[in-house]
Amino acid sequence: MSRSSRRLLTAVAAATVASTLAACGGGDEGGGGTSAEGGENEASDIGVTETSIKLGAHYPLTGVAAPGYSEIPTGVAAYFECLNQEGGVYGRDVEFVYKDDAYNPTQTAQVTNELVLDEEIFAMMSGLGTPTHSAVVDFLNDEGVPDLFVSSGSLLWGENPEEYPMSFGWQTDYESEGKIIGEYIAENFPDAKVGLFLQDDDFGEDGEAGIRQYIDDQIVAAERYTPGNTNVGPQIAALQAAGADFVVGFNVPSYTALSQLTALQLGYDPQWFYSNVGSDPTLVGGLLNRFSEGKVTDAALLDGALTTGYLPTVDQTDNPWIQEFSRIWDECGGEGELTNYRVYGMSQAYTMAQALQAAGQNPTREGLVEAVEQAGSEWEGPVFAPFRYSEDSHMGTSGMSIERIVGNGSEVVQEVRTTDIGDAPIEEFDQEPATPPANAIPDEEAVN
Amino acid sequence: MSDLQSPASTGQAGKATDEPPVKATAGGDAPSGPAATGRTFLPQSTLLRHLLVLAVCAVLAVLALELSSPYQNSQLATLSYYAIAAGGLTVLTGMNGQISLGHGALMAAGAYTTALFLDAEEPLPLPVILLAAVVVATAIGALVGVAAARLHGPYLAGATLALAVGLPGLAIYFHDILGGEQGMRVRAPQAPESFESFIDAVSGNSASSTKWLAYVGAICLLITYFFLANLVRSRIGRTWRAVRDQEVAAELAGINLGAWRVLAFVVSAAAAGLAGGVLAIVVRLAAPSGFTIVLSLALLTAIVIGGLGSLFGALLGSALLVFLPPFVTNLGGDLGLDQTEAAQLAPFVYGVVLIVVMIFVPAGLVGTIRLRWMTRKAKRAMARAGADDTGSRR
Repeated sequence: MSRSSRRLLTAVAAATVASTLAACGGGDEGGGGTSAEGGENEASDIGVTETSIKLGAHYPLTGVAAPGYSEIPTGVAAYFECLNQEGGVYGRDVEFVYKDDAYNPTQTAQVTNELVLDEEIFAMMSGLGTPTHSAVVDFLNDEGVPDLFVSSGSLLWGENPEEYPMSFGWQTDYESEGKIIGEYIAENFPDAKVGLFLQDDDFGEDGEAGIRQYIDDQIVAAERYTPGNTNVGPQIAALQAAGADFVVGFNVPSYTALSQLTALQLGYDPQWFYSNVGSDPTLVGGLLNRFSEGKVTDAALLDGALTTGYLPTVDQTDNPWIQEFSRIWDECGGEGELTNYRVYGMSQAYTMAQALQAAGQNPTREGLVEAVEQAGSEWEGPVFAPFRYSEDSHMGTSGMSIERIVGNGSEVVQEVRTTDIGDAPIEEFDQEPATPPANAIPDEEAVN
Repeated sequence: MSDLQSPASTGQAGKATDEPPVKATAGGDAPSGPAATGRTFLPQSTLLRHLLVLAVCAVLAVLALELSSPYQNSQLATLSYYAIAAGGLTVLTGMNGQISLGHGALMAAGAYTTALFLDAEEPLPLPVILLAAVVVATAIGALVGVAAARLHGPYLAGATLALAVGLPGLAIYFHDILGGEQGMRVRAPQAPESFESFIDAVSGNSASSTKWLAYVGAICLLITYFFLANLVRSRIGRTWRAVRDQEVAAELAGINLGAWRVLAFVVSAAAAGLAGGVLAIVVRLAAPSGFTIVLSLALLTAIVIGGLGSLFGALLGSALLVFLPPFVTNLGGDLGLDQTEAAQLAPFVYGVVLIVVMIFVPAGLVGTIRLRWMTRKAKRAMARAGADDTGSRR
C-alpha cells in the first residue's frame, strides 16, 4: 500500500482513509474485516472497548535486575499518556498495566495469569527478560494473546513463527549483533587476539555463534560466567593468561562493572567491546561506584570501550527523536530524568502505536498479529534499521551501528549495517534516518 | 552423635528449648483423637474421620474452583504447590523439630524431573510423572536426611541452606540437558476428555487448561494433606513429637532418634518433590531462578505465620503468600501510588505482617487460636471441677 495518506493528524481522518483504502481492495484478508466498515468504535475483542485498549507487560520492578530495567515501563507509560492526550489510537485511550516479576519466572507466570485472565489485556507488549518471558510464551500463544516486542534479544520469539505465531521480537537479536561485531573486528582489528566474556545462557551463546562466523581464528579464549556469581576473577584472569588484547563481552550491565573492576585489580588493559545490553555508561558508572564502595565514581573506566547501538541515546541532544522524547518525558513522565532505558520504552511504545494503527479501527488479536506481519517491515521510527517482520520471521530490527563510549555518551565509529540470523550477509544500510512525525505520533494506515 | 551436639553439653544449640514447646508448636499439638469428654459427631476412627474431611474438602475445592474466575483458578493452582511444600515442611519443622532452608532445592528436583519426563516424545501419564518427581525428591531427601539427622539447629539450617544454594547450580552445570540459566520449558499436559465432561456436568464452565492445572494442583494437595494428616495422627507422628520434645526421654523409651529424623525428612522431601512437579506444570518452566533461597524462606515464613506443625496453618500461610502481594499491589495502585511503588510495597507489607505475627501471635495464626481454645477449655474444666469439689464438701 502507498504512503499517500501520511501526516493525517486526527484519528477520525485516519480511520476514514483507512476504510477507503481497504474498500479499494488493498490486502484485506478478512481477519479483521469489520474494521473496514468504518464509523463506529466497537468492543471488537478482549481488552478493547469503544474508548480504550488495554495492554500489559511484566518487568523486574524490584530485586537485583530492577536498576535500569524498571525505568523501561515508565518510558512506555509516559509515551502512551502523551499519545492519549492527542486522541489515542482511533479515539481510544491506551491503558498500560505493568506488573512486577522480580526477574523470577515463577512470578512472571503469576503476573501474566493476572494480566491475561484478570486484567483481560488485549495484548502483551515489551515483557522483559529471556528466562522470565520463556515461562509465559507458551501460555500467551495457547491463549491467543498477541505477545509483541519482547524486551530480549533471544532468537526464541522471532525465529519460528509457526511455533509461536503470536510472539514478536523487537530489538536486534544477539546473533546478528555478534555477526556485526565479528565483521567489524575482522576489518578493523585483523591482528587482535580476541577473548570472549560470555553470559552462560542463550545471550552469550547466540552472540558467540554470530561472532565466530567472522573471527573464529582470531578468538584465543571464551570464558563464561553464571549470573548471580559475582566473582569473575577466574574468567578475567583466564582471558589475560590466553593473551587476549581485545575482549568482547556479551554480558549484562552489572557484569560490565564487575569485569572492569576485576581487570583493574589484575592490571589487565585490553580493548573492551561490550554488546549493547551491557554498555549503558550511566548505569554502569553507578554500579561501578557501588561495587567499588566509592573508589571508582563514574564510568571513566569505560572510556574508549566499543559498543553497538540500534537506538539514539540521551546524550545525542541534537537527535530529533531524543528531543521529542525529552519533551514527552517532561510533559507526561514522572520524576527523574530521561534515561536510555526510558528511550527504549518510548521507542517500543512508538512501534506499538504503529501496530495498533495498522490493526485498524476495530482491532482483533489476530488482526493485530496480521498487521505486524504485513506492514511491520515498512515502519519507520527511532530504531535505526527496519524490522524483519513477515509471515516467515518475527524477528525485530536487523541493524546496528558501532560506537565508542566517550564520557556518558558515545560517538559513532561505523554507520549502521544490517544482517539477519544464519549466514545472511552483512550489508551497509544507506537509508536516511527517519525523522519523527508531529508530536512523535505515528500515522500508519490500517492494513485490513 | 558428636560431643558438640550431645544434649548435655549444648542443650540450647541442640534444640529450640529443653522445655516441651507448648507455645511455638501449639498448632501441631492438637489432641490426637477426639476428646473423650467432648460431644462429637465425627467417627472415632482416625482414618474414617480423615476420609470424611477429605470428601468435604474435595467438594469445597470443586465449589471454590467453579465459583471463582479463571484468574482466581490460576491463583489457587499457585496456592496448591506452595501449600503442598509447606505441608511437608510443617511436618518436618513443627512435628519433628528439624529446620530446613533447603526445601526450594527439593522442589527443584521435583520440577526438573517433571520437566524431563514431559519433554519426552510421548510423555507418560501425568500421575506417573508426578510420582517419579516424588521418588527423585525422596531419594535426595533421604541422602540429606542422613546428614541432617546428625545436625541440629543452626548447623542443620546451614547444611540445608547449602543444598538450596548448591542444587540449582547443577542445572547450570549440566546445561545441555537441563537448559542452564534459562531452564526447561514445560509443555503443560492436556486435560483428558473425561475432565471436560466432568466440568460440563458440574458447572458448565469452559474447561480451560488453567482450570485443568488448578484441578491437578487441588487433587495433589488433597492427597498430600490426607496422607500427612494420617501420618501425624499415627504412632509415627507421636514418635516424631517425642523426638522433638525430649530427646533423652525418647531415647530412653527405645526410639532410634536418627532413623526417625531421617524418616521425617524423607516424608517432607516427598511432599516438596510433588510440589515441585505441580509447580513445573503450573508455571510451565523449571529454571534455577525460580528456586532461589527466597522460595525456601517463603515456605518457612508461611508455616511460621500459619502456625508450626499445623497443616491448616500451612495452607493459611501459603494463602497469605499467594494472595497478599497482588492485594497489596492493587491497594497501593488504588491509593495513587505508581505501579513501581505499588510493587515495592508488597514485600514491605509482607515483612510487616510477619513481624506483627511474631509479636502478637507467636504460635502462628492457627497455633494461637488453638492455644486460646485449649486454655479456655482447661479453665472451664477446672472451674467445673472446683464447683463439684465445693458441692461434695457440703
